Amino acid sequence: MKVSMKVNGTGMSGEVEGRTLLVEFLRGGLGLTGTHVGCDTSQCGACVVHVNGEAVKACTMFAAEADGAEVTTIEGMANADGSLSTIQQAFQDHHGLQCGFCTPGMVMSAAALLKENPKPTEAQVREYLEGNLCRCTGYHNIVKAIMAASGQAVEMTAAG
Amino acid sequence: MPKDFGIGASTKRREDVRFLTGKGRYTDDINLPNQLHVAFLRSDKAHGLLKGVDTAEASRMPGVVRVFTGADFEGVGGLPCGWQVTDREGNPMQEPGHPVLARGKVRHVGDPIAAVVADTQERARDAVEKISADIEELPAVVDMRKAVVAGSPKVHDELTSNLCYDWGFVEENREKVDQAFAGAHHVTTLELVNNRLVANPMEPRVAVGDYTAHNGESTLYTTSQNPHVIRLLMGAFVLSIPEHKLRVVAPDVGGGFGTKIFHYAEEAFCTFAAREIGRPVKWTSSRSEAFVSDAHGRDHVTRIELALDADGVFQAIRTETFANMGAYLSTFAPSVPTWLHGTLMAGNYGTPLIYVNVKAVFTNTVPVDAYRGAGRPEATFQLERVIDKAAIEMGMDPAEIRRKNFITKFPYATPVAVEYDTGDYNATLEKLLSISDRDGFEGRLAASKAKGRLRGFGLNCYIEACGIAPSQLVGQLGARAGLYESATVRVNATGGVVVMTGSHSHGQGHETTFPQVIADMIGIDPGMIEIEHGDTANTPMGMGTYGSRSIAVGGSAMVRAAEKVIKKAKKIAAHLMEASEGDIELADGKFTVAGTDKELAWGDVTLAAYVPHNYPLEDIEPGLEETAFYDPANFTFPAGAYCCEVEVDPDTGAVTVERFSAADDFGNIINPMIVSGQVHGGLAQGIGQALLESCLYDVNGQLVSGSWMDYAMPRADDVPSFSVDHSCRTPCTHNPLGVKGCGEAGAIGSPPAVVNAVVDALRRAGHTHVTHIDMPLSPSRVWAAMNANG
Repeated sequence: MKVSMKVNGTGMSGEVEGRTLLVEFLRGGLGLTGTHVGCDTSQCGACVVHVNGEAVKACTMFAAEADGAEVTTIEGMANADGSLSTIQQAFQDHHGLQCGFCTPGMVMSAAALLKENPKPTEAQVREYLEGNLCRCTGYHNIVKAIMAASGQAVEMTAAG
Repeated sequence: MPKDFGIGASTKRREDVRFLTGKGRYTDDINLPNQLHVAFLRSDKAHGLLKGVDTAEASRMPGVVRVFTGADFEGVGGLPCGWQVTDREGNPMQEPGHPVLARGKVRHVGDPIAAVVADTQERARDAVEKISADIEELPAVVDMRKAVVAGSPKVHDELTSNLCYDWGFVEENREKVDQAFAGAHHVTTLELVNNRLVANPMEPRVAVGDYTAHNGESTLYTTSQNPHVIRLLMGAFVLSIPEHKLRVVAPDVGGGFGTKIFHYAEEAFCTFAAREIGRPVKWTSSRSEAFVSDAHGRDHVTRIELALDADGVFQAIRTETFANMGAYLSTFAPSVPTWLHGTLMAGNYGTPLIYVNVKAVFTNTVPVDAYRGAGRPEATFQLERVIDKAAIEMGMDPAEIRRKNFITKFPYATPVAVEYDTGDYNATLEKLLSISDRDGFEGRLAASKAKGRLRGFGLNCYIEACGIAPSQLVGQLGARAGLYESATVRVNATGGVVVMTGSHSHGQGHETTFPQVIADMIGIDPGMIEIEHGDTANTPMGMGTYGSRSIAVGGSAMVRAAEKVIKKAKKIAAHLMEASEGDIELADGKFTVAGTDKELAWGDVTLAAYVPHNYPLEDIEPGLEETAFYDPANFTFPAGAYCCEVEVDPDTGAVTVERFSAADDFGNIINPMIVSGQVHGGLAQGIGQALLESCLYDVNGQLVSGSWMDYAMPRADDVPSFSVDHSCRTPCTHNPLGVKGCGEAGAIGSPPAVVNAVVDALRRAGHTHVTHIDMPLSPSRVWAAMNANG
């Protein structure tokens, strides 16, 4: 069947099977490989995108269900001039990523959190990230990056 | 003001920009024209006779191009093992074959039996369900100690038993160690389990094989930490493809932690099938498939004894360990419980006599190999746990008993065959006690008590051996590979520098740290320096990244190559400025002549190297490109002290990590921000091992914790923010940067701290019968320990 959706502000369409997941369509159908697949049980959150403004694990939704929706992926998160958005910049400034595989999902979840709760506590950040696994950072610098992106004071990069 | 680039600066990572904008290029992002997909039929039985495989129906399914079984690999080699251990009598280990696809028998759940190649991944998976494998189930061997009992079912019928090797180290010391125990004032004994783990990098493994008929070349894109090693092993031992006809590319790789070191069947399959069919063949592992096909880690059962005199001075250590190899020998599996474990049994202490016995055992489980730390966490855990138990039994403070036994003079030759070049274990312990605010513990304990929680404080030290080398030594120990590293430094005509390194970054940040070093050496803008890695077609033969070896070995190779480049550039500069070569200095991107005001820019000299009109052609060749292979003189020995504070809910046994502090000595540091990040990640994995993670098989060899629904990965709210310090620095004495490596420390040093803290919490609350709890310290285990009749 044919599906059409607005992805990162641009109308896109393609042929899918009924069983095609949204993440498969984004990666395979549209070539937007920034969204990653880390598991098959909806545990890891590497595939988080925004569908009509809500954070969604793109492995939990069929492409057909997103027909007509507005979808934002990591490829659509930078500023219009191509510079990193506040959240993306905070991840770089605070070393909130290592291998980069969980990063797209982390950034998309962080954006959704800060929309919902612009000044979260560290405990709230950690609780919100329950659905996003990272194996590299021990979460320390991801939490720091999100706190910084929310405009709250954090200790700068750990030196010494 | 701190530097923002060069050695010692917390430079922001340049690779982050592509990862943060979705432009990373991981192996699964690679799709080649005309590509096919493969799905594997894997055994759902742990042990059985494979009597036949019927692929007829699968072959007729839509989109199916070809179905492969073990018979298709008759003329192909098996997966090789890269390390041969010899036993106590000097005999080689038992080394069974490891076919790409099972033949005759299946030996673990997940053992690949057949493979369908089809036009889409979905159709390949659909067709796999139509394959019928006739398996006569046999009793499975899961428990290591039962596996070595006479009459146990054998995993490999051609072997004499399930014992891979019985290793003694140092065998000549055995009697002396026994005598020391016989005459000891006090002996502390501890039996413990180092739980089996799954590395679980976030990116599942992927392989894409390609074959180009016009030049007869095979290319493998794979999620690997060491593409050259894969090229060598797969080319030479499995598929008989010479290196010049085989290219292996490991592009952006989403974490490795050891499990992406090894050469896997799926890599060989995709390369083989692409050549057979004449079209690219791609495999993408699902997470569930990863649990039964990625090599697992740890899985030791150990009895350790520590002999002490009346003052608490260590007299001798004796250990007996059963180490699980799984069903086949993974690439470096035999080295992990032996040379990466026994050699570290001295820890930070001057124990004069040590004997380590390891029995490596085949079982009907997934192969076990190196996982972050590899052997060193197992050594550290047993040693630091038995020391804490000894402190309890002797009535000593845990810090004091360690201090009393620290090695303080360097270099120090241990009784387990390694020589520590530098260290200052008192410094890291004192730093730890300061940053962890041990003095404030009583106040925090009272606060925990007030809310009905138990609280405990646990500390430990660790040492690790990084930068595995030198080649001649590891060759004597059974390594079937050299362990050098390589780098080519290519300077272009306009002055830009490309470093082609045999190291591989899968999160470590080499694209940032390596240029930091070069920028300091030459004094040019870091934007002029590029790092290439991960492609055997454009990097010199290298051994890859594992064992915290990248900066210590790969960085040293880069420095050596850059030194050669600079030496040649100075010769050119001397010619151009009509000065003596010995008077030329290079700083801030300028060549100057000592004692004069003559100078030449870096770019003027590099241009001359490629436009050699005014050039000393009689002395040197044009061009400016040098390669170095660096083979270290010794391991490096990072060390440190870690502590953990936990709260325990007395009603449920649930443990929360309230504070965690780490004081490490990594020698010199290139990028402190990246080093801290490496420690953070290691700590979370170590805390995960201590509290959450358990790879569990039932008695029939079924993997019970086979997905992230069942295997408890640490999440953001399972760990605290960490207090990490690496200001104690005793530089390595034998590499040019004085660096030691930092990648595994966190995972090595943290599990004993957590267990020590929980035991401390329980004992402070009056449960003085508790001296040990096996990992993971789940609520039920902690509750059971508290409530056991002591």
